Amino acid sequence: MEFFVQLLIDGLTLGGMYALIALGFTLVYGILLMINFAHAEMFMTGGFIGYGVLNLLSNESTIATASDFFAPLSILQSTQPFFTTTALGFILMMLIVFGVAAVLTGLLGMTIERFAYRPLRNSPRLCALISALGMSLFLQNFVLLAVGHRMVFPTPEFLANLNAVPLFGSIRIAPIDLIIFVTCLVLLFTLDRFVSKSKLGKAMRATSQDKDAAGLMGININSVIALTFFIGPALGAVAGTFFGLKYGVVTFNMGLFPGIKAFTAAVLGGIGNLRGAMLGGFLIGVLEALASGYLSIAYRDVITFAILILILIFRPGGLLGESVVEKV
Amino acid sequence: MTNTKNTSKNTTAAYEDQAVKGKPSAAEAVFGNIAKPMFSGKKATTPLKIALTALLLVVLFVLPIYLQGMGEALLLASLVGIGLYVILALGLNIVIGYAGMLDFGRMAFYAVGTYAAIILAIPLANLLGPSLEGLVFPVVMVGAGLVAAFVGWLLSLPVMRLRGDYLAIVTLGFGEIVRITLQNNPFDLTNGLLGLPKSGDFMPSPPFFEYLRDTVQWAIGNEFFFTVTRNVYWYYMVLIMLIIAIIVVRNQDNSRLGRSWAAMREDEVAASAMGVNITKAKTWAFVLGAFWGGIAGACFGFFLGGISPEPFSFLNSVIVLAIVVIGGMGSIPGVLVGGVLIMGFPELIRWFAMNHLGQAGGDIQSMVANFRNLFLGLLMVIMMAVRTEGLIPMKPKFYKLFGKAKSGKGDNSDASAATTGAAPKGGAGS
Repeated sequence: MEFFVQLLIDGLTLGGMYALIALGFTLVYGILLMINFAHAEMFMTGGFIGYGVLNLLSNESTIATASDFFAPLSILQSTQPFFTTTALGFILMMLIVFGVAAVLTGLLGMTIERFAYRPLRNSPRLCALISALGMSLFLQNFVLLAVGHRMVFPTPEFLANLNAVPLFGSIRIAPIDLIIFVTCLVLLFTLDRFVSKSKLGKAMRATSQDKDAAGLMGININSVIALTFFIGPALGAVAGTFFGLKYGVVTFNMGLFPGIKAFTAAVLGGIGNLRGAMLGGFLIGVLEALASGYLSIAYRDVITFAILILILIFRPGGLLGESVVEKV
Repeated sequence: MTNTKNTSKNTTAAYEDQAVKGKPSAAEAVFGNIAKPMFSGKKATTPLKIALTALLLVVLFVLPIYLQGMGEALLLASLVGIGLYVILALGLNIVIGYAGMLDFGRMAFYAVGTYAAIILAIPLANLLGPSLEGLVFPVVMVGAGLVAAFVGWLLSLPVMRLRGDYLAIVTLGFGEIVRITLQNNPFDLTNGLLGLPKSGDFMPSPPFFEYLRDTVQWAIGNEFFFTVTRNVYWYYMVLIMLIIAIIVVRNQDNSRLGRSWAAMREDEVAASAMGVNITKAKTWAFVLGAFWGGIAGACFGFFLGGISPEPFSFLNSVIVLAIVVIGGMGSIPGVLVGGVLIMGFPELIRWFAMNHLGQAGGDIQSMVANFRNLFLGLLMVIMMAVRTEGLIPMKPKFYKLFGKAKSGKGDNSDASAATTGAAPKGGAGS
């Protein structure tokens, strides 16, 4: 029982991250009917940016060994103790880290949309998929060449000193798991409200229903699509930074598997459906944790792929999605 | 969408096959339509084309003698690798270029072929004994091709109904499933990460290898010394397999099956309305595409003399895909050029760096692969935006019910429509 609950907690944390990534897939698919294969790389890039900012704010040696070009950054040295040891500083630092990672990755997503996908908007769908695959390859190798293949995430002192939260019996939640889970819930809730209530959200929904008609109603399609390509990668970046904080390391090819699992989550929930992606994310996370706990850790990824293939064959509409009738 | 004109042409062809097929001559019965494609309407091969092909063949056959003679053994090994990838890409070309289905998991069949060849080879070699050792490789190669084709058939069963982009993701997943399964040593067959052959087993040597190695020795002066090494032997073996693959794939494209692929690629619904059996066409595309993966895999396993799961990563599937996409989907010359460009160019830089830059060469060598992937990604993005049909686009086919088949050059409006149609379509969107 305790083993089961522990797996469940693990699965929900993992699932929160998958849900954040899955939203990026599902948002883009809802509007452009395209699988943004490079979205997995947004997760990875976000992790690397998060690593860079966190390192700058909390790691003494980074600034001490930096070259002259970065000399002005030495001001940060004096703020480091505040950021790494006090509770307020830690929260502030996390906000900065996630904010910077999300905004920069979001801008990157918009840039990619502008240059790689917009020219292909009217070409066959598979061209866009190949272009996205190329973009993914490019980003991976760009990060590999510019930064490195594997970066060890610093753990802020404050976080390291936090005790695990006891739940009941001998079950405890690691503080980072709790942070991840709560943040994911908050973000998912905010996004859901944003899409269903705000004016921009309405514009997004209108665009996803019928691009041309939405354009005729005075909605600027291009900016709505750009917004979609900002929100998705920004959420992906948050997941990437969380991934780094939880597992302590980011690698240039870390996007592939979480990316495919998140895609599986999006399909499981019904691609194009926001709440479906959230539900799917948590389901896939829990399933993966349970599968690696009870079945076989070596075949963990195989199980997720098998789930993906089975859903696509037997219920391509997903759990919450409507079944799509193919029209000629 | 806009290519109804196109479709009607292709489907006419399918009809024509039944109605107007004349009596095949004896030569055609034996060689199929190698010499003169019956209905494709391609221009008869010009003398210039024949001369160029002959020149290319001569160069390809003489090249290893020169390279080995001058001691460039590494470059020769790279050429073997390029040849294997081109065979793989030719198989993928059937699936993507002809049938219009996107496959992101090509390495699955390559891996299945390699492992099948090695797993079958060792007991077979024990069975046949040392005197018949040479028979093992040809038998096992065909066996590996058939096993891969069988796996292709198995995969085709569930994915038959999937739409284009979902199919891509499922094949990606399948490729990774195969790789992870190989790593985990199922039924103690694959020996996990350590790879095959297991210690104590020896790979049988391919036919005539030892005889050729011992008899052929040419020396000119002090510089030039040629013997048949492993690299030379496998260079010729892969070259011959490549030529066979090109001939076979070309003929399939011109066959009735090839025409049904073309019809299906342009518009699945219209093709099926005209009587093309979509299920059959898709299954054959998967099976025949996978077969060449198995053949290439068997050569790969024997060339290396052993195998581990590492080379079968997703990245390599993407590279094979890039060869087809950048070279030109559905175009055999395109695939050849794509293979040479994508696989060959980086090898050339690497070879140059190793030979001429000394110590610095080592660093460059490790960076070449990363830079290659960087540019490959960028190239795929640019190609999709600027030149979707690839460097050497597929030739549009023209069918005519009566009279002589027309050359492709004359009709420009149709030509452009057909070439844009070369890119595979996502079914539901159109």
